[in-house]
Amino acid sequence: MRGSMDRKADIVIVGGGPAGLAAAAGACREGIRADRICIVERDGELGGILNQCIHNGFGLHTFKEELTGPEYAARYIEQAEEMGIPCLLHTIVADIQAEADGRKRITVMNRSDGMFTIEAQAVILAMGCRERPRGALNIPGYRPAGIYSAGTAQHYVNIEGRMPGKEAVILGSGDIGLIMARRMTLEGAKVKLVAELMPYSGGLKRNIVQCLDDYGIPLKLSHTVVDIDGKERVEGVTVAEVDQNRRPIPGTEEYIRCDTLLLSCGLIPENELSSGMGVELNPVTSGPVVNESLETNIPGVFACGNVLHVHDLVDYVSEEAENAGKNAAAYVKGIRNETEKDPVAIRCEGGVRYTVPSLVRVAYMQEEQTIRFRVGDVYQNACLTVRFNDEIVMKINKRVMAPGEMEQIKLKKSKLEEFEGLREITVCVEGEEPKQQTSR
Amino acid sequence: MYDVVIIGAGVSGCAVARELSAYKRKVAVLESACDIGEGTSKANSGIVHAGYDAKPGTQKAVLNLRGNILMENLSRQLDFSFQRNGSLVLCFEEADRGKLEELLERGRKNGVEGLRIVEGEELAGLEPNLSRQIIAALYAPTGGIVCPFGLTVALAENAAVNGVEFHLDTKVDKIIKIEDGYRVETEKGEFSAKVVVNAAGVYADVFHNMVSSHKLHITPRKGEYCLFDKTAGRHVSHTVFQLPTKYGKGVLVTPTVHGNLLVGPTAEDIVDKEGVNTTAQGLEAVLERGAMSVGHLPAGKIITSFAGLRAHEDGNDFVIGEAEDAEGFIDVAGIESPGLTCAPAIGEYVAGIVQKILPAERKEDFIKERKGIFSMAEAKDGERREKILENPAYANVVCRCELVTEGEIMDSIHRPLGATTLDGVKRRTRAGMGRCQSGFCSPKVAEILARELGKDIGEITKAGGKSVLLAGKEKE
Repeated sequence: MRGSMDRKADIVIVGGGPAGLAAAAGACREGIRADRICIVERDGELGGILNQCIHNGFGLHTFKEELTGPEYAARYIEQAEEMGIPCLLHTIVADIQAEADGRKRITVMNRSDGMFTIEAQAVILAMGCRERPRGALNIPGYRPAGIYSAGTAQHYVNIEGRMPGKEAVILGSGDIGLIMARRMTLEGAKVKLVAELMPYSGGLKRNIVQCLDDYGIPLKLSHTVVDIDGKERVEGVTVAEVDQNRRPIPGTEEYIRCDTLLLSCGLIPENELSSGMGVELNPVTSGPVVNESLETNIPGVFACGNVLHVHDLVDYVSEEAENAGKNAAAYVKGIRNETEKDPVAIRCEGGVRYTVPSLVRVAYMQEEQTIRFRVGDVYQNACLTVRFNDEIVMKINKRVMAPGEMEQIKLKKSKLEEFEGLREITVCVEGEEPKQQTSR
Repeated sequence: MYDVVIIGAGVSGCAVARELSAYKRKVAVLESACDIGEGTSKANSGIVHAGYDAKPGTQKAVLNLRGNILMENLSRQLDFSFQRNGSLVLCFEEADRGKLEELLERGRKNGVEGLRIVEGEELAGLEPNLSRQIIAALYAPTGGIVCPFGLTVALAENAAVNGVEFHLDTKVDKIIKIEDGYRVETEKGEFSAKVVVNAAGVYADVFHNMVSSHKLHITPRKGEYCLFDKTAGRHVSHTVFQLPTKYGKGVLVTPTVHGNLLVGPTAEDIVDKEGVNTTAQGLEAVLERGAMSVGHLPAGKIITSFAGLRAHEDGNDFVIGEAEDAEGFIDVAGIESPGLTCAPAIGEYVAGIVQKILPAERKEDFIKERKGIFSMAEAKDGERREKILENPAYANVVCRCELVTEGEIMDSIHRPLGATTLDGVKRRTRAGMGRCQSGFCSPKVAEILARELGKDIGEITKAGGKSVLLAGKEKE
């Protein structure tokens, strides 16, 4: 009977995008029977947001070739199919409960089976992220049709074959916004301007060159939208320069006629389910706090991909998620059920905003553990140091570091084991003040 | 010929329509927008005022108290969200204590029950997040909050079910006195009626002045608001007002019936009757003044901001009644705060006036109850399972932030006076009201609207008129 069919699994993976798919493969490779894994995906297809990313540039690290988003996704979808990993499509996870005995109860619903629960030993959170909306930016003006987040516009253009507008201004130079500037141009729209609040772009350098410069689309740094005009449909926006405190400078306002405003102003990990079940979140990343195994504060609950922290490259999502899958497998097999007394904390200093992971249990580290992080500002001639307690153990000079590019260091397990009395690890970036730049 | 034509399908017009629908009369509502409640009724504080604000004896004072009393029972009858969460008026300086006493006295004269002044530990216990500098507050246990969309839609649906005709997208151009009533000319033809009810919000002066030489003058008074995420919704549990200070008329901080936090409004007189744009200064003022009431307003949790217009009449009171020199023309004008609270009482009061002019019998088959849209988000697991068994569309989640399913959206489209736009679906079901502000669900909602209404997705609008979502197909 529909709705009464409760199920069991070893590992439930929430989300069938690149993170969920790689996590499933990782768990399977580590010896979990494929039919004891379950991917729950709310969309009708696997692949997540990659399905609408029809531009190329995916997979350079993983496959040493340039793939489109759907091609990249297809490789992981095929792999999951070959392994025989079951997926529930069109299925939403309504709730996850961590029981006192360690089991997790996942409540899901879909049209064909109704509402039911899956009981699992481990859960891998791979829900991805969402875009920051206009409201969160508190942009004044009217609220007409024609204001879209860049990803929504991408969905309309690439999935529906519809144009959100003919003349666009893009606020924010995040990667999706840059990609959409080019995409809209190729489809015959006029992209009049990309305005970026910060004195630097939030996107990858290569995207600025390939998506804006190559098409003569102007980018104005330290600029923002201060008014939206149009009662029914967007008719124009007013753009102004901002000072160091990001406040608009009176007298610099410029009215730009357009019918569309696209927003590419940051991504927010989607952790409603996580916080609902009691997972501790890092206020900097809005993602879970995790240890070296990408395990959250709830034993047996792992996180990977953009739900953990927003990535630039899907290759790194896949790599991270595969590890999360392997670690979840180890947890299920009982290899890592004991938590070490005192994990070593990783502290951020200087320009380092956060690290993932932020806790390390030496015994469970990989031989070479990747620590990923972002800096909070543009640094030139930067110096990256890693300290064990007070002792500098790594020092790397970097010509440029920017918030738009995720950084990583690798820590050798043997080094940590050898270091007596290790209490904390500090990652620090210091460098020269960036030069102010307002337009290109 | 209609017995009654009501101009305006805002909360007042719909409340009048619902009351009139209990009688054997031919009634029509004319609305220029494509949906009900598209004006002031969709952008306000959602407050059910206790009734201590208005000067005793004014229409505002009398109808406020009556509206507050009627609201609770009405919310059960018509199934919309209402909570009696109580309200506080904060006093910031010893010197202003007298003003608080005055307010208490005025409230008592108006007949408001349970009013008292609270301070110290009791106040801190009622509202722990209040700012430290507050010395006392007027506590009104009968204050409440209501969903303004829910109330308006409920009244309209119930009126429609009981036979009232609603003509949307029907802008009134002219009103001409004819022998036995009025001829109301619209872009969609003429409507003749024995009685006209003018509930046109900020436009009520325009219509009144077409038939009366005693002119009304309504100023649109803009109020800007910031709405916060549900994770900030418990910042306060009561509706927290401020006594006016030297910095101006205060703003309120309140939970909404759906669990968000709302801060606002500003008050700025403007000229444009459609000027619902927010401004940088306005939004800044909202946050600054809100922070006087409660510490640590989490600005990072704002999910949207908006502005609404109050219909402020020069006489500073409601203008409800038959116009002196225009027989059978009933004004419901100058409906600013506490207009939302008063709506049920306004309906009752105006129905009484109509009854005197045009007596009619009550219908024996009047349907007084209405069931709202089933909410998966609010339902318990058992109820959810049952609903899905009944219709699997209730298992297909379209808006993930607010957990709104395809089943609910389809219901919002197909019920009487159903939604035809993205905003219409949003206000009826909350799809798109959440923290992603429709980024994720708007293409899906548009697709369901197109499918259910037999339209192309390119014809679907945000809020009617020229507010199309899309600008054609690729490479067009």
